[in-house]
Amino acid sequence: MVKVFGSGDHALRALDDVSLTIETGEFFTLLGPSGCGKTTLLRCIAGFETPTAGAILLSGRDFTAEPPNRRPVNTVFQSYALFPHLTVAQNIGFGLEMLGRPRAEVAATVERMLALVKLEAFAGRRPQQLSGGQQQRVALARALAPAPQVLLLDEPLSALDLKLRKEMQGELKRLQHETGITFVFVTHDQEEALTMSDRIGVMSEGRLLQIGAPREIYNHPVNRFVADFIGETNFLRGRVAQDGLYLATGERVGAAPPSGARIGEATLAVRPEQVRLEGPGDPGSLSARVTQTVYFGTDTHCHLHLADGTEIIARLQSPPSGDVGLAPGAEVGVRFAEGALQVLGD
Amino acid sequence: MGGAEAARSRERARTGWLLSAPALVLLLVAASGPLLIVLVYSFLAPGQYGNVVWQFSLDGWFQVFLQRDIFDGTVGPADAHLTIFWRSVKLSILTTLITFALGLPTAWFIATRPPDRRAMWLFLITIPFWTNLLIRTFAIMEVIRNEGLLNNLLIGLGIIGQPVQIVFTETAVLIGMAYVYLPLMVLPLFAAIDRFDFRMIEAGYDLYASRWQVLRRVILPIIRPGIVAGSILVFVPSLGAYVTPRVLGGGKQMMIGNFIELQFGQGRNWPLGAALSMLLLAIVMVALLVYVRATTREERDG
Repeated sequence: MVKVFGSGDHALRALDDVSLTIETGEFFTLLGPSGCGKTTLLRCIAGFETPTAGAILLSGRDFTAEPPNRRPVNTVFQSYALFPHLTVAQNIGFGLEMLGRPRAEVAATVERMLALVKLEAFAGRRPQQLSGGQQQRVALARALAPAPQVLLLDEPLSALDLKLRKEMQGELKRLQHETGITFVFVTHDQEEALTMSDRIGVMSEGRLLQIGAPREIYNHPVNRFVADFIGETNFLRGRVAQDGLYLATGERVGAAPPSGARIGEATLAVRPEQVRLEGPGDPGSLSARVTQTVYFGTDTHCHLHLADGTEIIARLQSPPSGDVGLAPGAEVGVRFAEGALQVLGD
Repeated sequence: MGGAEAARSRERARTGWLLSAPALVLLLVAASGPLLIVLVYSFLAPGQYGNVVWQFSLDGWFQVFLQRDIFDGTVGPADAHLTIFWRSVKLSILTTLITFALGLPTAWFIATRPPDRRAMWLFLITIPFWTNLLIRTFAIMEVIRNEGLLNNLLIGLGIIGQPVQIVFTETAVLIGMAYVYLPLMVLPLFAAIDRFDFRMIEAGYDLYASRWQVLRRVILPIIRPGIVAGSILVFVPSLGAYVTPRVLGGGKQMMIGNFIELQFGQGRNWPLGAALSMLLLAIVMVALLVYVRATTREERDG
């Protein structure tokens, strides 16, 4: 699918040859930095944008030319977009009412939805009288009430504070599980994506770079962008040879490369939690010097300089004392966990 | 501590009153004062050459609704007066509806222009206010009179053979009032639409509403404060309109305003004029009350 905004020199390819299949009942997340096209893709599915080229199929039916009100798809908007002139119950019942469902059915579904999002006591309130988290739940209930085939969520948690966001993440997973509806979730928060999704699509500059399960995306990123965007990563200049992985400085740092890796110069990546520290000069370890340690509570980040000046970070579990006992300037040996080194494409 | 607090609060209240004193005095002298005089006049007897005689009389109020037959002295309803009241109310309601129908798309258009252009469009809307109402009304006359622009154009195009008589009809008064009061509808509507969150429209479509349902169930209820304000701003002055019905109605299509003027002028019946003025005030108040009640009840029921 392609979406171009504007034309001529000012044309912006918001979606560049995006092709994607989402399974029924899946929690699919579109992840990427702002302006990567994830929201445009969502709006194309909802029907607010028409793709310049390509098609949108839902259970085999082509919905590309259908207006939003004829698609069995509902959206939870970023800022909720709740109707200020209606009560919570009326907001939730709006979709069913527009579908012309009988009054009794609407009332029953609204009851069920209020219970689902635990807002029974607030049915008669107006959205302005609710807190951010409550408004969020009303928006969810409103979009779920018509039982859409697909629920689209456009960064729905970004307006909430950290604690509430964690709570709502669990809530969303629960709702998805209970309703069995396909969720397409848009976020720029990698942690949110990793914890909630069945599969993640990582986007950048209008393109889908990688689609996969959270573990796959995290442990086997296809390129530098994905590795860098999701979690923290150390990048090392290196070389892939028949008998193993080598740093640019010549040390052998890993076993034979996974099949398919191109022989020759390459960028190697390793997650900070896969970096092990040992005594200086231990056989097989790289010598490094500590430049700084940063305490994060559960973890301590240890910034290191390798012999050739490359800076890497090791994430260590903080000991009970809270002090990992590494002063700036200390000499250490560095080893990478078995199989932790990834060979990246461009 | 409580004492100090209370003293401060009293102090603040006193300052508040002091600051609003000029406005209060002005309101008392310029608005309530004259109104009281008119109220008193309506209960006095008419003087022979206008003015009033200081003598209690209910004749003014009697004449508003009833008339005594000059031959047999029987009392019946003052049909001529009732016709004028009815015409005033009818034309004012129609004017409000017409200005709303024309003003909503106009206000919507302005509110959806890029921000740097809106000021220009609003400015254009206010241009008619720069010219005297009387002159604008005569300009309308020039357009709709029998040998005027509109009739000549229609005859020239062969659509009609004879000029259509518009001037000196209720239609002429209606056209004139809709033209004069349109900006008063557009401006509050614009203010409401300007505050309107356009994502509500997407939310409506997303929840299976048709275009008509989005307008009826989402847009109109949300911009209702603007609709209420615009309707009041148009309806109230329409009801008391004087210049437009006088010029375009040609004295035949009299409205309350003209009728009141007649009593204070040629009619030399100030008490009747005063009673009519109070009645106009009452109609406006009742209309506003009904309107506010109706709109707030809808708000409660959704």
